[in-house]
Amino acid sequence: MEINFTHHQSAHCENGVVSNLMKHNGFSVSEPMVFGIGSGLLFCYIPLLKVNHAPVITYRAMPGHIFKKFAKRTGVKMKREKFSNPKDAKTRLDENLEKNNPVGLQVGIYNLVYFPDEYRFHFNAHNMVVYGKQDNRYLISDPVMENVTSLSEKELEKVRFAKGAFAPKGHMYYPISFPEKLELEKAIVKGIKDTCKAMLAPVSFVGVKGIHKIAGLIRKWPKKKGIKTANHYLGQVVRMQEEIGTGGGGFRYIYAAFLQESGKLLGNEKLIELSKEMTEIGDLWRDFALEASRIYKNRSAQTDSYNKVADQLDHIADLEKVFFKKLKKAI
Amino acid sequence: MKKKEVPQDKSNLESANFRELCYAVDENGEYTTENSTGWEPKTVALNNAIDDINERIDEAKARVMKGETSPIEYYMELHKMDVGILASYVGFWQWKVKRHFKPSTFKKLNSKTLNKYAEVFEISVEELQNISK
Repeated sequence: MEINFTHHQSAHCENGVVSNLMKHNGFSVSEPMVFGIGSGLLFCYIPLLKVNHAPVITYRAMPGHIFKKFAKRTGVKMKREKFSNPKDAKTRLDENLEKNNPVGLQVGIYNLVYFPDEYRFHFNAHNMVVYGKQDNRYLISDPVMENVTSLSEKELEKVRFAKGAFAPKGHMYYPISFPEKLELEKAIVKGIKDTCKAMLAPVSFVGVKGIHKIAGLIRKWPKKKGIKTANHYLGQVVRMQEEIGTGGGGFRYIYAAFLQESGKLLGNEKLIELSKEMTEIGDLWRDFALEASRIYKNRSAQTDSYNKVADQLDHIADLEKVFFKKLKKAI
Repeated sequence: MKKKEVPQDKSNLESANFRELCYAVDENGEYTTENSTGWEPKTVALNNAIDDINERIDEAKARVMKGETSPIEYYMELHKMDVGILASYVGFWQWKVKRHFKPSTFKKLNSKTLNKYAEVFEISVEELQNISK
């Protein structure tokens, strides 16, 4: 069977699934709106953890958090299920499809066959919608893809039961009840306040302070780790900032889009002005990525060039500090 | 970023025939979306990361040949895993997986354990024991 589900491509999978499921249920909510209300924007350096043999930085909230916060703030109720047994997971999925209910799934990317090989690594917090089953193949709406696709039963089971950090354990979710009228205004204010709080947090590895922290580390890498490792680390920073899903500039552009949309909705001119400012900050993040790529492209670089990109980050951190203070006051 | 500045560089996305979505402003300053075929700074970063993985695979292979480690470590690198990820797939503690890297320990593994590894790597036990094939 095939549920009449419209696929809209999004930049990021988590926002995209929420936005698409909301649209399916008759509520027009854009991807930036989901991201902003769910307080998706963040900067966080995760000490001690290594992925792909490099330090981990995230430009967004922890997987699942955007979703949870969005649902709570808008009054949408979600049903979530995890499974220890793949058979049960499949049965529950099939039951939902029988009932014409498209569901969101958390999956691992490594065995996602329709992704290009180069992008398949062990990351378990990807999200997709399953909207039907035909000839024993599941119909998949993966929000980051331009078009819909499909997976065999075995292929889907594999990605639902990927192992490692954030193992999905068959995680399946879907909205079960909605408020009579979706009131975004209050939810927007809550979402913005939460983001400002996180970005200005007095914690050395979070938000604005976290950006300074990374800048400091970058200055040390070439001496402490050697050029080869320093370049590998720097490449990873750029990947986390710009890889598929961020919409560009480490989610700063999506956030600027959210501020613009919110400004119009709330009739708040200040938010529209701040949206422009956020766009400019996003451009600076892009400049940083470009400059960093010049270092790791040549594979041989002087300590000077590391200091130069670190300076760029320190500058961005200073601007974001002022920005989030203004944003806090604007609502 | 302006809509017309959204980069359209060559990238590895081409092989899967899709373009990613970026957010940008149009001529009137309104936010909109635009598809991108890729951006060089991140393509270079990705390619470097892949080179790095290939180097790790080659090194592991050489060490297997020299009898310094078991083929398990080679297959782990081949599947872009680290000890933690591999341990969770086979369901052993990390220290146990590390012990299986020792060629002498590896030789004594029973068929049940070997099968577990072979299944995770999607190969036969024979391929697991002999990587030159």
